[in-house]
Amino acid sequence: MAGLELLSDQGYRLDGRKASELRKVQARMGVFAQADGSAYLEQGNTKALAVVYGPHEIRGSRSRALHDRAVINCQYSMATFSTAERKRRPHGDRKSTEMSLHLKQTFEAAVMTQLYPRSQIDIYVKILQSDGGNYSVCVNAATLAVIDAGIPMRDYVCACTVGFVDETPLADLCYAEESGGVSSLALALLPRGGQIALLQMDARLHQDHLETLIEAAMTACKGVSKVLDEVVRQHLQEVSVLTGE
Amino acid sequence: VTAVQQRLLEIRNLMKTSRTSRYVTLSNISEVSFVIMLKSKTFVKKTRSGGVMKIVREHYLRDDIWCGSEACTECKQESTVLQKDTCIESSLCSYPHYLIPDTNVVLHQIDVLEDPVIRNVIVLQTVLQEVRHRSAPIYKRLKDMIHEKEKHFYTFTNEHHRDTFIEREPGESANDRNDRAIRMAAKWYSQHLKTSESNPDGLKVVLLTNDQGNKQKAEESGLLVHKCEEYIKSLIANPELVDRLALSSDDKNEITSNKVLFPEHLPLSKIQAGIKSGSFLQGTFRASRDNYLEATVFVQGEGEDTTEVLIQGLQNLNRAVHQDVVALQLLPQNQWVAPSSVVLQDEGAAKDDNVEEEEEEKVLRISAAEAARKPTGKIVGIIKRNWRPFCGMLNVSQIKESTRHLFTPADRRIPRIRIETRQASTLAGQRIMVAIDGWPKDSRYPNGHFVRSLGSAGEKETEQEVLLLEHDVPHQAFSQAVLSFLPKMPWAITPEDMVKRQDLRQLTVCSVDPPGCTDIDDALHCRELENGNLEVGVHIADVSHFIRPGNALDKEAANRGTTVYLCGKRIDMVPELLSSNLCSLRSNVDRLAFSCIWEMNHEAEILKTQFTKSVINSKSSMTYAEAQMRIDDTTKNDDITKSLRGLNKLAKILKRQRIQKGALTLSSLEVRFHMDSETHDPIDLQTKELMETNSMVEEFMLLANISVAQKIYDEFSECALLRKHPAPPPSNYDILLKAAKSKEVEIHTDSAKALADSLDVARVDGFPYFNTLLRILATRCMMQAVYFCSGMDSDFHHYGLASPIYTHFTSPIRRYADIIVHRLLAVAIGADGTYPDLMDKHKQSALCNNLNYRHKMAQYAQRASVAFHTQLFFKSRGILNEEGFVLFVRKNAIIVLIPKFGLEGTVFFDPKDKTAPSLVFDEEGPTLKVEEHTFHIFDKVKVTISLDDSNIQHQKIRMALTDPVIPGVSVPVPDTEPQTKKPRLDR
Ligand SMILES: [Zn+2]
Repeated sequence: MAGLELLSDQGYRLDGRKASELRKVQARMGVFAQADGSAYLEQGNTKALAVVYGPHEIRGSRSRALHDRAVINCQYSMATFSTAERKRRPHGDRKSTEMSLHLKQTFEAAVMTQLYPRSQIDIYVKILQSDGGNYSVCVNAATLAVIDAGIPMRDYVCACTVGFVDETPLADLCYAEESGGVSSLALALLPRGGQIALLQMDARLHQDHLETLIEAAMTACKGVSKVLDEVVRQHLQEVSVLTGE
Repeated sequence: VTAVQQRLLEIRNLMKTSRTSRYVTLSNISEVSFVIMLKSKTFVKKTRSGGVMKIVREHYLRDDIWCGSEACTECKQESTVLQKDTCIESSLCSYPHYLIPDTNVVLHQIDVLEDPVIRNVIVLQTVLQEVRHRSAPIYKRLKDMIHEKEKHFYTFTNEHHRDTFIEREPGESANDRNDRAIRMAAKWYSQHLKTSESNPDGLKVVLLTNDQGNKQKAEESGLLVHKCEEYIKSLIANPELVDRLALSSDDKNEITSNKVLFPEHLPLSKIQAGIKSGSFLQGTFRASRDNYLEATVFVQGEGEDTTEVLIQGLQNLNRAVHQDVVALQLLPQNQWVAPSSVVLQDEGAAKDDNVEEEEEEKVLRISAAEAARKPTGKIVGIIKRNWRPFCGMLNVSQIKESTRHLFTPADRRIPRIRIETRQASTLAGQRIMVAIDGWPKDSRYPNGHFVRSLGSAGEKETEQEVLLLEHDVPHQAFSQAVLSFLPKMPWAITPEDMVKRQDLRQLTVCSVDPPGCTDIDDALHCRELENGNLEVGVHIADVSHFIRPGNALDKEAANRGTTVYLCGKRIDMVPELLSSNLCSLRSNVDRLAFSCIWEMNHEAEILKTQFTKSVINSKSSMTYAEAQMRIDDTTKNDDITKSLRGLNKLAKILKRQRIQKGALTLSSLEVRFHMDSETHDPIDLQTKELMETNSMVEEFMLLANISVAQKIYDEFSECALLRKHPAPPPSNYDILLKAAKSKEVEIHTDSAKALADSLDVARVDGFPYFNTLLRILATRCMMQAVYFCSGMDSDFHHYGLASPIYTHFTSPIRRYADIIVHRLLAVAIGADGTYPDLMDKHKQSALCNNLNYRHKMAQYAQRASVAFHTQLFFKSRGILNEEGFVLFVRKNAIIVLIPKFGLEGTVFFDPKDKTAPSLVFDEEGPTLKVEEHTFHIFDKVKVTISLDDSNIQHQKIRMALTDPVIPGVSVPVPDTEPQTKKPRLDR
């Protein structure tokens, strides 16, 4: 029978949001003491945990070291219980390798790696529950973790997944929308300068639509950055209270 | 360690709290934040592998969803839909009120809701979603009403409203939950409207439901609630609306007897299991036009093949209606039957529900030859009904006081429908529309209700409306929204228009069309070049310049798909300003065109092809006859005539080449009516005559279409819109082969070329018309040509034209396919930009489906219009005696073609009022022996032609045999000679 109606005539999406509204974002920084930096972030029902180690000396083969900047090492994984169907996900399957690579590229663009030549920064991200926009949620969680680790960045990297339905761009897609035949685009942005750190799209889209879609994605990313900023400020306040300053 | 534990605990709490509801702030990029509540909706779903999957979905609740009422001062809405003063007068509800129908009321009483009287209705999201899930056509009608401003239908998104969302309780069924959600929303509205200060008039909401339980619960919670019937009957000013009420299940028992006539339909779950296990088959039910006790189900097999399963007899047909999707069970092979070649119509008074079916069906029991038997089955259940409102007429019941009457649809494939109406005497003699409500197993006929009247039967306007409706031809006047995209007059070519356009105004371009043609979409030119070669140009109206993708004008044209030509009437695809003026390539005005220009040598070989947007100025618009006269007139030697002669010479070569490649020239007799200019009644009728110039224009159109098809396919292999004509399956030729064999002529059907060649040499001495008849038969064996998207298909071949690729480019004024092809070609040559839908093969494929459907329906509508005018013509002529040929032989009839009128009719040999003569039918011939005379295909006969208007709805041409003379069967030759002078119809 008729598939899902992704956007009603009244302008509401499946879950009751309007086209440009983000899902609820909640986050917490500094959730693990052992790590140099860590953060837990929820975007709707997609939940991710990010942990950062470093900068530290290059582990393993020294030949990987770069003389002028730090190496960023990313690892992405999904918990077995993260999707509706419980599935064992071996490390290093094609999807997570690709995702790890995308994360690496994103953070290489944002972290000021030149401050730490011949060293390494590790970013581990795990999806605990998946409901669409996995890449974006990982980027947002990792940003907070990197900040928590005290590693300087040019700007927050904020990411958001957007899609196109009935000539209308939808911000921050949930899984039902992603799987409902929307051609989706993931974009990571350094909001202040408006630089794009990464843009990824697998589906076919007419070039006339691309600009509107990117525009919507950038606006959505700026929305995310506002939330992240609030989280960071609140965390700072808590920490300063704890340390008694 | 404790710190880590502390943090883990925090995480756990964080994850837990988000699952239970609480208020959060939705970060909104437009910097407006609404307090919303978040819910998780959890439900389980079966996976394909049979496992169970838990699905968790977020559900946001908002407090920025407004009530939509003009009377409200509380909501911060920008615009309102529901009026402050509702003007409906009801004896049940004497106060101003809004209506809230529940899902079943919308599903069953949509005809009532559509009445202009019903306004100010609140459509709940719950209802909208349920309707969407259960019936696509009704969902569409509901949406149309919501869009219509005058209806004041407001959609309230209650499922996302903070105060009206409810969760399903343990043990509660989905239906009960939805009913509760509807009551909840109604409750909210009644309180919300009450608290509005500016609402002293006591604006109320009234819930409409037919469900007793729901009604009771609503009453208990203090809501105003009525049954739909009660409410409609209480409307003071509109008593006739009651007729449009669908019969609810309570009423059905009164109407029918207790005897169960039909087997029970199986529930959907059993049907699905049966289809899965292979014991049932699923297919589309096609009722027979000629025999109401027979139908065929087309079962879709793997890929393209379909199997046909025969269904015979009322019990086996089991209440399936034409076009329904059904589940059937095959009968054991020893019960298979052959299609009965009998013509049977369900006529006369309503048959008693108790009548013994054997009586009705005994005619079918003619033992058929073993070989002719076909897979036969019985309907076990209905998967999807495809009911629509049907046009037809009322058979007023003989019992004077009765309010129940039988309705006979104009479409013979639809069964008669029983309806209840108090206006039978008014409706008798009118064409009306009726919708089916249901078909209980104890009722001989389906039950339905009156929808609207179309006017008096037999009136030309009424009949035209009927045939447009029956063939689903969109024919309303163009809306303001559509017209707003027309160019502003006075229109002139601007310098911007000339960018990327060649100025060809100096060329001697001319157009050749049928007389009276005002939508000229093609023009031609031909001139000798300095190098001795010929330059030939086909110039097509540049419609895509005026119709831009995606606007209301474009959408309307895409939906209409084609201009429909009826006798004396044209239903345009695009507004007249374009079709008859700005796009029409009339003579001596500057017009924008899309040109295809070839350089050819004198052997008609193409040396160079060029496509360009252009401006032309046609030097002359001629009819075929005028052009022919110029070519033949040796004294003429002007540019236009030279151009025509050049074209004509090349066209002949092209045609010869095409035929050598195996293109078919088939025959169908088309008739033209000469219309009286005042009354628009047909006063004369002639078969269309083809001249050399017809085929001259046609030849270049074919050539342009092929050139363009190749070009757009080269450029866009995935999304070129093309046209193909599949080769018919060999079995289609059976009747042609049999017919030819009876005259000892052999026809080869291995390829189009073989067929064309053998048709060319098929001659019978002393029977000059034989070849034409054979070609008419061959036409009937052919498949439909269809549009398709190149990315979705691999077989492009056009069988009839013997071309490996083909499309439509030359008639953009009257075919939407051509507009798409123009756009593709424009992109290919860099004259215009692309847009998303043009490059989307799925969207284009969906468009092709619509175009194919519209073309088929337009063709049927055209035939129906010709048939109606033929009847009008013969009405004024009395009884004629004409010569004709037997085209087909049936079990109880022969089908005769009268070449003079291009008219086909049936001579029945088993009249109802007389005892039937002895009839022996031989399938092999096929032949029919009537008493001592045997009829074969191609036999020359003489028949009387007259109009039989005993059944006003199905007025038909009646034919009766005069020659050969068969005692007791043939009729005497009428003594009145056909009138010689033109009669005038007295009106
Ligand atoms: Zn309100």
